[in-house]
Amino acid sequence: MSGAEFVPLSLTPLLIGMFAAVACALPGNFLVLRRQALIGDAISHVVLPGIVVAFLITGTVAAWPMMFGAAGASVVAVALIEAIRRLGKIEPGAAMGVTFTSMFAGGVLLLEQSDTSSVHLDVEHALYGNLESLIWLDAVGWESLWDPVALAGLPDELIRIALTLIGVVAFTWIMWRPLKLSTFDEGFARTLGVRTGVIGFALVIVAAIAAVAAFDAVGSIIVIAMFICPPAAARLMTNRLEVQIAWSVVFALVSAVLGYVFAGFGPMWFGANNAVSAAGMIATVSGVILVLAALFGPCRSRTGAPVE
Amino acid sequence: MLWDALFLQMGYNATLVAIGACFLGVAAGVTGTFLFLRKRALVSDAISHATLPGVGLAFIVMVLLGGDGRSLPGLLFGSAVSAWIGLLGVSWLTRRTRLAEDAAIGAVLSVFFGFGIVILTVIQTMSVGRQAGLEGFLLGSTAGMLWNDAVVIAAGGALTLAVVLLLRRSMALVAFDPEFAAASGINVPRIDLAIMALAMAVTVVGLKIVGLILIVAMLIIPPVTARFWTDRTDRVTLISGIVGGVSGYVGAALSAAIPHLPTGPIIVLTSFGMFILSLLLAPNRGVLAALLRHLSFQRRVHMRQGLLALAQGQPIYEKLTLRLLERAGLARADGVATEEGRARAAKALRDEKRWELVRADQAFESAAALYDGLREIETVLTTDQIEEIDRRIGGPMGVPA
Repeated sequence: MSGAEFVPLSLTPLLIGMFAAVACALPGNFLVLRRQALIGDAISHVVLPGIVVAFLITGTVAAWPMMFGAAGASVVAVALIEAIRRLGKIEPGAAMGVTFTSMFAGGVLLLEQSDTSSVHLDVEHALYGNLESLIWLDAVGWESLWDPVALAGLPDELIRIALTLIGVVAFTWIMWRPLKLSTFDEGFARTLGVRTGVIGFALVIVAAIAAVAAFDAVGSIIVIAMFICPPAAARLMTNRLEVQIAWSVVFALVSAVLGYVFAGFGPMWFGANNAVSAAGMIATVSGVILVLAALFGPCRSRTGAPVE
Repeated sequence: MLWDALFLQMGYNATLVAIGACFLGVAAGVTGTFLFLRKRALVSDAISHATLPGVGLAFIVMVLLGGDGRSLPGLLFGSAVSAWIGLLGVSWLTRRTRLAEDAAIGAVLSVFFGFGIVILTVIQTMSVGRQAGLEGFLLGSTAGMLWNDAVVIAAGGALTLAVVLLLRRSMALVAFDPEFAAASGINVPRIDLAIMALAMAVTVVGLKIVGLILIVAMLIIPPVTARFWTDRTDRVTLISGIVGGVSGYVGAALSAAIPHLPTGPIIVLTSFGMFILSLLLAPNRGVLAALLRHLSFQRRVHMRQGLLALAQGQPIYEKLTLRLLERAGLARADGVATEEGRARAAKALRDEKRWELVRADQAFESAAALYDGLREIETVLTTDQIEEIDRRIGGPMGVPA
C-alpha cells in the first residue's frame, strides 16, 4: 500500500485508535489495581445522557459542549453512586448498577423524546463509534505531514485525543508517587500526608476525561475494553508497576493496530469485500491478548499473594 | 389513554407486551435478589453483554441453513450459549488468574460486546441481513412482538421462577454464609453457578423486550429497592418480584400509551422511581427515617442536658434546649424552671447519680452496658434494683437539721 493511499485513509484512524487506547489504558492500570475497574464501564454508559443533555441545551452537535456534558454526567454519576452507597448502605457494585443503568435509560429516553432526526446522534453511534470515517482528506501522501495547508485539515478528533493523551501522561507522571502509594497501601500513604481521597477522585476524573475524549472518536465499547483488558493482561506479566504500565501500553498499541488492520483488511482475506467494525475488532484483539496472557503470562497465578 | 393501557384496552400488541414485561419483571426481580445478596450484582452486566455475539452468530447460522434467521427461539438459544461462555470466562479468569472479579467482568463484557459488534457489521454486509433488525436487541424493541414471542418470554419467565422457588433455600444459605453452606453439604460452586444460570435465563428471555444493555437494571434495581423494606430473605424476594412485575407492567403500559417512549428505558426508569421512593421513605433504612431518628435523638440530648442544667441551677444559653423545655412546660421563656420542671430536673439529676453507681458496680455489668447517657434507668432496672441503688445513695447529707 502506497503512502498516497495510506496517509489519507488509514493514518488518522490508526493514530486516533492508538492514542485512545493508550489514554484509556494508563488510568486503567490504577483502576484495575484498586478494584474499581467497572468505574470505566459506568462512565462509558453515562456518557450518553451527558451528550444528549448537552445537545438539548446547545442545540448543536459540537464537540466541546458534548465533551463538557459527558464529563459533567460522569461527575454526577460518581457522586450519585457514592450517595446511594452511603445513604442506602448498599454495596458499591449494586449502587453502580442502579446508577448507570438508570442514567443510560434516561439518556435513551431523552434521545427518543427530542427531535434529533436532523442531526447525527443515535445510540448505535454512541456505542461503537465511527473510527473508519475519521479520514484525512487533505492528505496526498507522506509529504502532507510537512504541509501546513493539509495539516489544517486533520480531523478534530485526532487533535482532541492527542491533547487528552498528553494530559493523561502528564497526570500519571506528576502524580506517580502518591498514585502508586495510595493504590497499594492507602493507610501508609495517609500517614505520609498523601490525601488519598483527593487522589482517588482525581483518578476517576482523569479516567472520565480519557473516556469522554476516546468516546468522541471511537465509541464507548472500546473505552471499556481499553480500560480493562490491556492493564489486566499486563498485570499477569509482571509484579512491578512500572513494567506493568509499559506492558499495558504495548498491549493497547498492539490491540489498536492489529484491530484496525483486521477490521479493514481481514474480510478481504476471506473473500468478502466489506470492512467490519474497527472498534469491535480492537476490543476483540485486546480480549485475545488477555486470554493469551492468562494462559501463558509469567505472573498469572495468585501464588505468593495472600489467599482471599 | 393511560388507564386504557393499564387495563389492557390498548389493543393486542400492547397487551402482549404488558403481560410479557410483567412476567419478565417478576422473574428478574426474584432471580436478581440472590445475585444481589451474593454481592455479585454486576456479573449480570457481563452476562447480558456477552449475549450479543450469540445473537449474531445464531442469525448467521440460521441464514446459512436456509432459514429466516429471525426466529426468536433460535436467537435466544444462540445468546444463551454465548452468555454461558462469557460466564465461564468470568469464573475462569477469577479462579485461574490473580485478576479480581471486577476486572474479569469488565474484560468479558467489553470483549464479547466488541466481538458481537463485529458480527453485527458482518451481518449488515450479508444480502439478507439488511432487514434483520438485530440492533433491536441492544435496547429492546416491542413493536413487532408476536404471539409466539410472548409465549416464549412468558414460559421462560415461569420456568425460571419455578427453579428459583425450588432452589431458594440453598441459594439463600450460600448467599449469606458460604462456609456454613459448604459444611451443611451444599455444593457451593454448583449453587453459585445455578444463580448465574438463572440470571442468564432472565437476561436471554428479556433481550427482546428491554434489550441487553438495560436488562441488568431489571436484575439489580428491584432487589436493591426491596432490601430497604425488610431484613428477611423471603420478603426481599417477594417484594423484589412485585417491584419487578409492577415496573414491567406499568412501563410497558406507559410506553404503549404515550408516543416516543421506548419500552426498555421506561421500564428501567419506573423501577428507578420506586427505588428513589424507597431510598427516601422506607422505614428504618430510608433517608427520611434516618433523618427523623437523628432529630429525635437530638431532641432527647437537648432535653436531658437542659434538665440537668435546671437541676444544678445553671443558666441555659442554647436556644433549642430552651425552646424544647418551654414547649414541654418545664421552663419559662427566661429559663426559670416551672414546678413540674423542677421535679423532672431533680429526677434527672438523681438518675445520673443512680447510673454512676450502676456503672461502677460489677453486679450491674449487663445493665451498665446499655448506658448511653440518654436511656431512662427504669427501662433497664427493676423497681427493687432501683430501690437498692437509692439505699446506697442514701438521703441528703451535710444539710443542717
